[in-house]
Amino acid sequence: MIRALLSTLLAASLAAAAAPQKIIAAQSSIKFVSRQMNVPVEGEFKRFDATVDFDPKKPEATKAEFEVDLGSIDLGSVEGDTEVKKKAWLDVPGFPKARFVATSVKPLGGNKYEASGALSIKGATQNVVAPFTLAESGGLRIVEGQFPMKRLQYKIGEGSWSDTDTVADEVLVRFRFVLPAR
Amino acid sequence: MTPTRYTPAAITFHWIVAALILFNLCFGLYTVGLPLSPQKLRFFSFHKWIGITIFVLASARLLWRLFHPAPALPAAMKPWEAMAAHVSHVLLYILFFAAPLTGWLFSSASGFQTVYLGVLPIPDLLQKNKELADVLRALHRWINYSMAAVIVVHAAAALKHHFIDRDDVLVRMLPLSRTP
Repeated sequence: MIRALLSTLLAASLAAAAAPQKIIAAQSSIKFVSRQMNVPVEGEFKRFDATVDFDPKKPEATKAEFEVDLGSIDLGSVEGDTEVKKKAWLDVPGFPKARFVATSVKPLGGNKYEASGALSIKGATQNVVAPFTLAESGGLRIVEGQFPMKRLQYKIGEGSWSDTDTVADEVLVRFRFVLPAR
Repeated sequence: MTPTRYTPAAITFHWIVAALILFNLCFGLYTVGLPLSPQKLRFFSFHKWIGITIFVLASARLLWRLFHPAPALPAAMKPWEAMAAHVSHVLLYILFFAAPLTGWLFSSASGFQTVYLGVLPIPDLLQKNKELADVLRALHRWINYSMAAVIVVHAAAALKHHFIDRDDVLVRMLPLSRTP
């Protein structure tokens, strides 16, 4: 009986080690900083999902997919939230999700890594390199990092909004993903 | 000895601040009504910069006034009139400071730091907070409506002194007049 239970547990934990993990959304965040009239303005996405298959010992074998619900954007003002969902900006009705597919992770030494992959927003796809750090504490694995992106490469802010003197082209994306440690 | 005229510095402060305040009141009201556009964001930045300028100039003017007392009111004024003049001036000064302060706090609570002329960041006293931002927006609006009302009373009183009482209350604040 005990042996049967142990072998079931073992099988289960082996399966868990191989299976991709879901992030703990409540403790994770995707924030971004844009610059308006040279003033940094922070916003965030409230809803996103990710499936991560990452082993620090074999980072090259990483497979990770992130999906962001663009309609969950929060800029801190109703006027801003309404505007940024429109066609000229994110066009949320036309393209409700942004997606990042990590295709490789390179160790940079210590707890530092670098993820590369394709970021797709509003029908445009660009390669993105995102450095991050990995920390483990209390049975959790915490991935934190940031990368700059150019909003105009994804046609975010068309027409009069493409003026980069008012809203800068570069947007800094800051992410924090919490996973159960293995 | 009590002076009969405002000092040239006080006169300069008065008219520069008056022009900036009248402009910024109208400009702010106009910009709020614009649809969201890059121009609106630019205008709001200009509005904040002018507001900070007013705050600094009003502070300097108040300091100046502490060391250079205003000329006495005409002796012919009734006690309640003198009291009304005093109260409206104190009110104006309070509103000169309250208007830019609430604007700055409203901006902070909305998540927009104020950066003077796009180069000098003014620290945020408040964290981003939607509910607080709504309260501060209403407060900023009503403080400015109040200021506009007191300015109307102030200007009407000055004109009444000049055209009805025919005293020197208006003239002694005019830049190019010469009173003995």
